[in-house]
Amino acid sequence: MKRRDFVQIAGLGLGGMMLPLDMLGNPVPAEALLDSPLTTVQKKQFADAALNTARTNGATYADVRIGRYLNQFITTRENRVQNIVSTESFGVGVRVIAKGTWGFASTNDVSTDGIKKATERAIAIAKANSKFQTEPVRLAPVPGYGEVSWKTPIQKNSFEVPVSEKVELLLGANSGALKNGANFASSNLFQVNEQKYFASTDGSYIDQDVHRIWPTFTVSVIDRASGKFKTRDAMSAPMGMGYEYMIPKNEDKLPGPRGMFLYRNSYDIIEDATIAAKQAKEIISAKSVEPGKYDLVLEPNHLGLTIHESVGHPLELDRILGYEANYAGTSFASLEKLKSGTFNYGSKQVNIIADKTQVGSLGAVGYDDEGVKCKQWDLIKDGILVNFEAIRDQVHILGQNESHGCCYAQSWNDVQFQRMPNVSLAPGKEPYSSAQMIKDVEKGIYIAGRGSYSIDQQRYNFQFGGTTFYEIKNGEVVGMLNDVAYQSNTQEFWNSCVKVCDEKDYRMFGSFFDGKGQPSQVSAVSHGSSTARFNAVNVINTGRTI
Amino acid sequence: MAILTKDEAQALLKKVLGDSKADECEVNLNGTDRGNIRYARNSVSTSGRISQNTLVVASAFGKKLGVATINEFDDASLEKVVRRSEELAKLAPENPEYVPFLGQQKYADPITYIPATAGITPSQRSAAVAQSLQVARDNKVVAAGFLEDNTRYGAMINSKGLFAYNTATNVDFSITIRTEDGKGSGYATRGYNDVTKLDTKIVTQIATNKAIMSASAKAIEPGKYTVILEPTAAAVLIERIFFGLDARQADEGRSFLSLPGGKTRLGEKLVDERINIYSDPLNPELPTSTWNGDGRPQERVSWIEKGVIKNLSYSRYWAEKKGVKAVPGPDGAIMEGGTKTLDELIKGTKKGILVTRLYYIRDVDPQSLLLTGLTRDGTFYIENGKIQYPVKNFRFNESPVIMLNNLEELGKPERTVSDESNANYLIPPMKIRDFTFTSLSDAV
Repeated sequence: MKRRDFVQIAGLGLGGMMLPLDMLGNPVPAEALLDSPLTTVQKKQFADAALNTARTNGATYADVRIGRYLNQFITTRENRVQNIVSTESFGVGVRVIAKGTWGFASTNDVSTDGIKKATERAIAIAKANSKFQTEPVRLAPVPGYGEVSWKTPIQKNSFEVPVSEKVELLLGANSGALKNGANFASSNLFQVNEQKYFASTDGSYIDQDVHRIWPTFTVSVIDRASGKFKTRDAMSAPMGMGYEYMIPKNEDKLPGPRGMFLYRNSYDIIEDATIAAKQAKEIISAKSVEPGKYDLVLEPNHLGLTIHESVGHPLELDRILGYEANYAGTSFASLEKLKSGTFNYGSKQVNIIADKTQVGSLGAVGYDDEGVKCKQWDLIKDGILVNFEAIRDQVHILGQNESHGCCYAQSWNDVQFQRMPNVSLAPGKEPYSSAQMIKDVEKGIYIAGRGSYSIDQQRYNFQFGGTTFYEIKNGEVVGMLNDVAYQSNTQEFWNSCVKVCDEKDYRMFGSFFDGKGQPSQVSAVSHGSSTARFNAVNVINTGRTI
Repeated sequence: MAILTKDEAQALLKKVLGDSKADECEVNLNGTDRGNIRYARNSVSTSGRISQNTLVVASAFGKKLGVATINEFDDASLEKVVRRSEELAKLAPENPEYVPFLGQQKYADPITYIPATAGITPSQRSAAVAQSLQVARDNKVVAAGFLEDNTRYGAMINSKGLFAYNTATNVDFSITIRTEDGKGSGYATRGYNDVTKLDTKIVTQIATNKAIMSASAKAIEPGKYTVILEPTAAAVLIERIFFGLDARQADEGRSFLSLPGGKTRLGEKLVDERINIYSDPLNPELPTSTWNGDGRPQERVSWIEKGVIKNLSYSRYWAEKKGVKAVPGPDGAIMEGGTKTLDELIKGTKKGILVTRLYYIRDVDPQSLLLTGLTRDGTFYIENGKIQYPVKNFRFNESPVIMLNNLEELGKPERTVSDESNANYLIPPMKIRDFTFTSLSDAV
């Protein structure tokens, strides 16, 4: 290990970043992340100890998850490394149904005895809570898959890449920004590896190795004379990939307006940071938007968050039923609207698909955290609402007898529950590029990247910003805009979708730390789309002086 | 491993420090024991108990620092973590921002630990939830709630003679009540160090009343209105000011506290002169730790006095660079108010809107601290000193800085919990003119 391979292991300090600390495990050196503590034979023995204990103690169902969760987060600022945190978390979670009620317990004592005790605790909790239960848990059937495995199809394990190489790349991005007029530049690389072993009384023993990566940065430009400051964030997306995402390939680069680039399945962080500095300087003196109605041209790395908030969340069945009422909220998308078969969620151009199998996506796994084989299904077909997102204990409420396979827990230490699958807008079927789309707009705004986002607890009213905004006049991009946010209502917005570009423009946006539940758990999810046009959307001006 | 006493923690930390061969060594030990019950649709959905202990060892050779962490406490593991931090320190590049560890400090005795909260049993937790559910059933409404209590301790020691210890307890309870037809929704939340102050029945009744009162809301035009913000609604806006008190950000020109020419607003009037905000670890209503994570004493600090920014928070590095006292950021913030109750504020209002809760707060522009979000769980139209009828929810776009310049009146401060950050504050209800609502929401 070279000196520059230094790994600073810190408890909870992540350079002031707002990270969900609950997901961090125990910090360890980078090399230790490559050790494998248990073989599948040992894992099966431990799993059987839990399942047998559960059966003997009166459980009608049990599942056990033996998990090793690895994270490495690198944070840099200008020409220095602020922090490198490598964490490992290892333990077992046992979930049972006893007296018709769920019980869950976890332990980091990964021994036969420790696992048996945790199982007994889970059963005791289930029995204690059964007095509050109004109706017994009903599980949709799942076949036992026997001993199977699944792995994210990565080409290069990011945990095997020397820290020095990753640091060099991030510092290179900062340097590119500083040389091009940025006053400050900070960059981060998040890497996650979930090694999960699942077994249940249904007869499945599932070994999975899941990888995710997210490079990102913020570039700041300050005009000292006026006191104005602006930032421009990265146009990367978090992905369900290995380090190959960090190695730029020409075929993944798409031209955006005015020399900007957008990225598909690989990313050029140095190029993007260099462009970011130039753009941040341009934003400082950009025209402040005239409020009013505009036709919006939304590129995928922006539209993904709008899909996430206005389609992904409202179609979660547990939230529709009221299980999230005290925290994330409920939903406007009711069971009645689904059953009617005529609810116009969007225009005919809007086809929205849930997919837990999409290659490169954050949500892709072989099996979910309750042993259901993953699949793809329609949520909105030709604009009509056709399905929700549901797991084993709730899907019967929809009159369906097969779980959608979107159950997830952030760690062995947390109980699994319904989480959003990848939810994506299908590309348009006719050939149509984003350049053609811009040409067809008379008065509009092109928006790239994620920005400020807020939506109500039933997912009607939302307001979204973005990273960069370009004014479109008579089919031409005429310059950058400042102080832009759009406000709309979910159904009205998706019904204003008049065109979606073809599959050549399709790429994924991702949310790496999506929060839900009490205590809160994070999950990661992707949203694919091609650039899409929405007519006559209300744009407000967010400029204020204090 | 359970919650350690001061003596137990000191003995363990001394043992760890004894293994050190570095120029400087600092050891932090933290532990939490938390229990929770979550319920929805008038039925318990999950419950759990989580115990965690973490030991963090920082070793330094010159300006080279290595940090390692472990959660096993046998002798071999303790020595391993010290060696690991030393190996890392030797491999580390020199940190230009390294500041030597602090020497011995004096701390006030904390008042954060309440035995009744530490001793809460599963049956007490269960009984508290049963009381809440009973209110829901009696009123034929639907409850979703979350009760979480925790006992925690923190201790640190270093090779320059510093030792600090604190233990604390906390209980947070939040409840959302919806009418069976889904047309009304109400919310209430409470946070205390002392669980005996929590009455889940009363809190559930408050949320129930709001749910029933808010049913079948009328739509009124968005625009600028006089609003009365209940403390729960005010907290999620005003805490954004607390989060932005960092001197380095302001000095670097990228904060709402930055001014042209590299200056900051420190010492300048920012908000109405009736605004006073401070932090005080020994406030009996909102006690916090008397030291922060790097061993600096937490003292009473005035942040805004008569509307003027009196202090900014500093890292030790930035304070040394600027030649000022390294004041750590606040743990809990206290905003002074008046003596009026919420009802009295309503009585004195000719026309206005009562906002009981705000939701999904996001930064829109960090330069002006412009925020957006929505009203939720009970919004009411006030005319001639009385609540007239419930109104549909609004989206707002407003800066807490502009808002505190448009202050009409402050009520009596109450302890409240931010649903955005989970932080506890003492904040008064407040009447604000020209609060900007930009659109309507159909959400209930």
